[in-house]
Amino acid sequence: MSAISELSSMSRRKGPATAEEKRANRRDNKAAYIFLLPWLIGLVAITVGPMIMSLYLSFTDYNLLQPPEWTGLDNFTRMLGDARLHNSLRVTFTYVLVGVPLQLAVALLIALVLDKGLRGLPFYRSIFYLPSLLGGSVAVAILWKQIFGTSGLVNQVLAMFGITGPGWISDPSTSLGSIILLHVWTFGSPMIIFLAGLRQIPNMYYEAAEVDGATTLQKFWRITLPMLSPIIFFNLVLQIIGSFQSFTQAFIVSGGNGGPSDSTMFFTLYLYQKGFGQFEMGYASAMAWFLLVIIGAFTAINFIASKYWVFYDD
Amino acid sequence: MTELQTLPAPEKAPSSGGKSRGAKFRVGSPKGGGRKRESRGTLAFSRSARLKAMAKHAVLIIAGGIMIYPLLWMVVSSLRPNELIFREPGLWLNSLEMGNYTDGWSALTHPFGHYMLNSAVVVIGSILGNLISCSMAAYAFARLQFSGKKLFFGIMLLTIMLPFHVIIVPQYILFSQIGWVNTFWPLIVPKLLATDAFFVFLMVQFIRGIPTELDEAARIDGAGHPRIFLRVILPLMVPALATTTIFTFIWTWNDFFGALIYLTDPEMFTVPVALRAFVDSQSATSWGSLFAMSIVSLLPVFLVFLFGQRFLIKGIATTGIK
Repeated sequence: MSAISELSSMSRRKGPATAEEKRANRRDNKAAYIFLLPWLIGLVAITVGPMIMSLYLSFTDYNLLQPPEWTGLDNFTRMLGDARLHNSLRVTFTYVLVGVPLQLAVALLIALVLDKGLRGLPFYRSIFYLPSLLGGSVAVAILWKQIFGTSGLVNQVLAMFGITGPGWISDPSTSLGSIILLHVWTFGSPMIIFLAGLRQIPNMYYEAAEVDGATTLQKFWRITLPMLSPIIFFNLVLQIIGSFQSFTQAFIVSGGNGGPSDSTMFFTLYLYQKGFGQFEMGYASAMAWFLLVIIGAFTAINFIASKYWVFYDD
Repeated sequence: MTELQTLPAPEKAPSSGGKSRGAKFRVGSPKGGGRKRESRGTLAFSRSARLKAMAKHAVLIIAGGIMIYPLLWMVVSSLRPNELIFREPGLWLNSLEMGNYTDGWSALTHPFGHYMLNSAVVVIGSILGNLISCSMAAYAFARLQFSGKKLFFGIMLLTIMLPFHVIIVPQYILFSQIGWVNTFWPLIVPKLLATDAFFVFLMVQFIRGIPTELDEAARIDGAGHPRIFLRVILPLMVPALATTTIFTFIWTWNDFFGALIYLTDPEMFTVPVALRAFVDSQSATSWGSLFAMSIVSLLPVFLVFLFGQRFLIKGIATTGIK
């Protein structure tokens, strides 16, 4: 069904090629590589080549003007002592660890309400889905900047109840929260994946549970949640990988500087400033590889933990 | 050709006006599972069930209203005099002010249409690139046997999850050495080389659902792979191509990071970087025109959403595009 399940099933299914496959090999090799040619060129020139290059650069000092100068582990030891980088990690972790579960919880909740043949489902689904299409745009980030500004929409509404709200994005204690809220706002696409998953749960399970007198809550805990767990897992992995790379919203809302007082300085934003603001390409490469390791570690932990909570029907 | 079209390709788009349209594109409802549940509900339509449904509608309407309110308010505010944006949280319009749109349109170095045209060039190039390169790769992965297939397929799946940042620095160095900074090539050429592996995967999934008997029949008739690909597979995978087109459109139209890095000359700005230049250059006095241009920039995405929604939802539900 998904790239993730495909990958994990590939690792399980290892066997010698059948005779038929071997015969086919001879027949298709040339045609196959011709069809794959654009992708192969891209893989080498746009993906793997630059990856190796950036790994090399991460051990150098490089400002685009002079040739890269080998500095060994300097970039990495520098990262250990870089307080702004530590702060950016804290900001990013908070964003991921708060934003992703919150977004998925809302997505699941609305999907549950929408399930079970409610009238007007396509209409509701469109309404909830639209923000996730627009959420990544600069335009919505601009809107957010206004809404959570000192005299923005939120505070105007609060004023009607006699409350004076803070300047949400100009106050370091609430600025990150406003951006997390923007992430939660885009819960539409995981919601659609949840809806698709809910449709796959055979109705007979619920019928059997009803015969046994199960309550709604019991049905949720004992049927819906276990049956949906592969989808929850899939969403979790994808959203975590995506959220670590979040950039546009923080960039626009903070005016490109990750402010106020670095409270929205995402790791990617700091990387951008180092690489493309100050042209410290070596340091930026080291940061990029560090990000890859973090994302890889999170994904690995996710996969290991999934053995304990993800339930596969087959 | 007509024969082929009546064959039950799994996710084939129903011809317009087909009776099964709604049911087929309901998200992941194999065998009309959703329908069944619905009818069961109406049979046992007691008082409490009705109350429950009403409560659900109430929750959904309130939640949906909160979700969509900021967007509606931005549209209304863009039609208001500037000073009201910071005073009027409601949606009521006393008069229609088009000044924000005319002001915003000409607020930057070039008229806003110039940036939209730039975006359109990048979008069209990206769509063509993705359609050609991804469908070719997908055909090889789904239909051809070749050495190293499993390895390459695994690598392809892994690249879907690879963070862009790991390759952006050397990629930038590469493209700047070729002299491609401030051209659209860095944004289009990677698509011509199938680096949006997600679409390769989407198409592989789709082609796997097309019966191989069709290929074999064509092969017996003497068709080679290019012919089978062009005449049999491509016409049958139109829904997957449509999904790819729509997602590529939206993602490329919204793409900020790539444009921010590669396009520094205002002449070459795409819409997202133009908007960013706008928001940076203006003081708080011109939110109206900023909103107006934001809406102009969202309009194409909204239209694609209106007309391509079923492909979008199908695409997400089957592959989990973000």
